[in-house]
Amino acid sequence: MTNDEIFSKVQAIIVDQTGEDAEKVTMTTNIKQDLDADSLDIFEVINEIEDEFDIKIETEEGIETVSDLVTFVEKQLADKE
Amino acid sequence: MTGIQIVQSASTVPERVVPNDELNAYMDTSDEWISTRTGIKQRHVSTGQTTSDLCTQVAQKLLDQTDWQASDLDFIIVATMSPDYMTPATAAIVQGRIGAKKAFAFDLNAACSGFIYGLKVAEGLLQTPGTRGMLIGGEVLSKLIDWHERSTAVLFGDGAAGVLLANDKQTESAFLASDLQTIGDLGDKLTAGYQPVNSVFASDSTDPHQRYFEMDGRAVYKFATHQVPESIQRAVTKAGLLVQDVDYFILHQANQRILDQIAKRLDQPSTKFLTNVADYGNTSAASVPILLNEVIQNDTIQRGQIIALSGFGGGLTVGTQIIKY
Repeated sequence: MTNDEIFSKVQAIIVDQTGEDAEKVTMTTNIKQDLDADSLDIFEVINEIEDEFDIKIETEEGIETVSDLVTFVEKQLADKE
Repeated sequence: MTGIQIVQSASTVPERVVPNDELNAYMDTSDEWISTRTGIKQRHVSTGQTTSDLCTQVAQKLLDQTDWQASDLDFIIVATMSPDYMTPATAAIVQGRIGAKKAFAFDLNAACSGFIYGLKVAEGLLQTPGTRGMLIGGEVLSKLIDWHERSTAVLFGDGAAGVLLANDKQTESAFLASDLQTIGDLGDKLTAGYQPVNSVFASDSTDPHQRYFEMDGRAVYKFATHQVPESIQRAVTKAGLLVQDVDYFILHQANQRILDQIAKRLDQPSTKFLTNVADYGNTSAASVPILLNEVIQNDTIQRGQIIALSGFGGGLTVGTQIIKY
């Protein structure tokens, strides 16, 4: 899966959970600060990402931006192969 | 199974109300922080009332609402994760106080699924026409809380509620189908009340904080939002119904955001998901019967309607009972 494909899916999940416009969800978007997402929104986003990509995200530490999420997913998928 | 009916319902909560803002005295929090994340505005907290005190009040109210005598009861079950003692069981204390001389009594611990698990057990005990029983969910969770720990302290409240059940062969059964599941390998995601193994032969080095509620919030949130809709779907299918046939969903009142996600995943209108979490917080095994009693007493639900009762929580456990009220 390419980086762009991962970003598309992550973006769609964030849009669905937060109700934000897709244009506001970019790689540099800070999930908590820029999207007015609280801890439960983040729970739901991370849970959906786990299900979508069939991975486990053990801790939310270090995940602040959409880019952090995409990088994390990319690494997990690479480790699985 | 034929003829089992919910005859009466009743509830009680401690008089002391603790609104969100009062919690500022103990931790860094706010009404806005708590209510946006949970929907909780206040909770009732014991100022000394025990779980057996609350359950006895419910038991007495139930009997006062019928022409039953305490001596008519064949069994008393108290679903609780916060008993007064390891022994005697809370149900036994209630049995003694109300004089239910014929009833056998025991506690059942399935945490926040306790009332649903209790209904399943009661259903089995009510096989013989003429059998009468009492099922109460009762908790004093405030004694299991670290009141300086924001992630858990804001969530919980105290209270008790219950039902009288009877097998009357003249009626059809209210109990249509059930689904109970336990995922024990996730049990460490929600814990409380650890009993250290201390004696002259052993010394337990477990963190003393384990006597208080501890929770992996995201894991529990994921469990609830995924497993509850699946449990409801399985139970509804067993009942020969569709999810849209359910008139109302009475779910464990853990968190309004969890209820909203469950409604979304079931693709059902939020108006079907009755709620009072704002007033009581999470009262574990008391949560479903407190809400059930409220909507019976205020005529929100009517006889003949299809109700899905669901509990979920420590264990981790989940359970659904489909009833025709």
